[in-house]
Amino acid sequence: MKLFSDENKAAFSSPLNLNNPVTVQVLGICSALAVTSQLKPAIIMGLSVTVITAVANLVISLLRKTIPNRIRIIVQLVVVATLVTIVSQLLKAFVYDVSVQLSVYVGLIITNCILMGRLEAFAMQSGPWSSLLDGIGNGLGYAWVLVAVGFVRELFGSGKLLGFQVVPDALYEAGYMNNGMMVMPAMSLIIVGCVIWAHRSLNKEEK
Amino acid sequence: MEHMISLFVRSIFVDNMIFAFFLGMCSYLAVSKNVKTALGLGVAVTFVLLVTVPVDYLLQTKVLGPDCIVEGVDLSFLAFILFIAVIAGMVQLVEMIVERFSPSLYASLGIFLPLIAVNCAIMGASLFMQQRIGMEPTNAQFIGGVGDCIAYALGSGIGWLLAIVGLAAIREKMAYTDVPKPLQGLGITFITVGLMALAFMCFSGLNI
Repeated sequence: MKLFSDENKAAFSSPLNLNNPVTVQVLGICSALAVTSQLKPAIIMGLSVTVITAVANLVISLLRKTIPNRIRIIVQLVVVATLVTIVSQLLKAFVYDVSVQLSVYVGLIITNCILMGRLEAFAMQSGPWSSLLDGIGNGLGYAWVLVAVGFVRELFGSGKLLGFQVVPDALYEAGYMNNGMMVMPAMSLIIVGCVIWAHRSLNKEEK
Repeated sequence: MEHMISLFVRSIFVDNMIFAFFLGMCSYLAVSKNVKTALGLGVAVTFVLLVTVPVDYLLQTKVLGPDCIVEGVDLSFLAFILFIAVIAGMVQLVEMIVERFSPSLYASLGIFLPLIAVNCAIMGASLFMQQRIGMEPTNAQFIGGVGDCIAYALGSGIGWLLAIVGLAAIREKMAYTDVPKPLQGLGITFITVGLMALAFMCFSGLNI
């Protein structure tokens, strides 16, 4: 088996675009909506989910022949919950302010449907290396949507990116105002709806 | 008693699981195609919430909290694993009950019944409960006993139920409208939910 055969490449790249977990399969929406009012928590959340998906896929794929079929959901949940606990402790230790901002949504990675979906649909049937690639691909596919939404919301909602002001003062003096709607939770739904719209009209041919 | 009523009403309208925290979105979007199925799932979610939140509260205060089992040891980092185990067990039970008493509902909910275990609304309610224990008792969101937990869980469940039934009703009507092709299905559903969330935001000034 080659390290980067066509199949493995497809496992990695299709979730980035054609089979994106958020815009096409509509999994893991809860956190995608809730943490994106600013760019920084969105990036950290995307990275955490990528790491957890990749490692969980790897572990379950290694264990797939020993897990009894009837209790596989519980086994998967325990593996994921352990990883999430580790990541949550790491976030608390190194980026405390972001972990406060993310609050319960770090814990909610356990119930993120992307994880369970990939474990059930891919890792239970495939070898460790392609599962790892699939996990990274899906994590990154989730992360780019988060970053895109976070970018729009922080730029138009507070005129900043990563906490630095990017809209020049001259514009404010000329009468430009931040769009307070963007910071509100309801707007993230509408923006994700528009991202899905754009993504689907670009990928029209494959339906 | 007053505090329990206020918790109950607040968790339906102000801290609504769907419109304020986006919890339980996956099944919310997937099962809201017709009102009857949506109602069934809403009741199942409410029931699971009603059992798991008080059980998790007891676990948190009697087992996991600081100094509970061993003096000077705080086990609350184990909360994720224990909470999810309680939830998965409860969902198994609900699945068996529904299969026994209403096979048609069981068939129409399909995969989404076992997936209640990974419904963020359930796990989220337990995690919010964990956060709220540490609040000031004067705070409107404070949870200080099993009674408060029941009020909170019931309110959150009913809030979720209201949201999913409302969306299902809108989507039933929307089947007859002319929506641009790439926006059909999920795109327009998201925007509809966004508008519903805007409408629910007017409750956020509610002071009880």
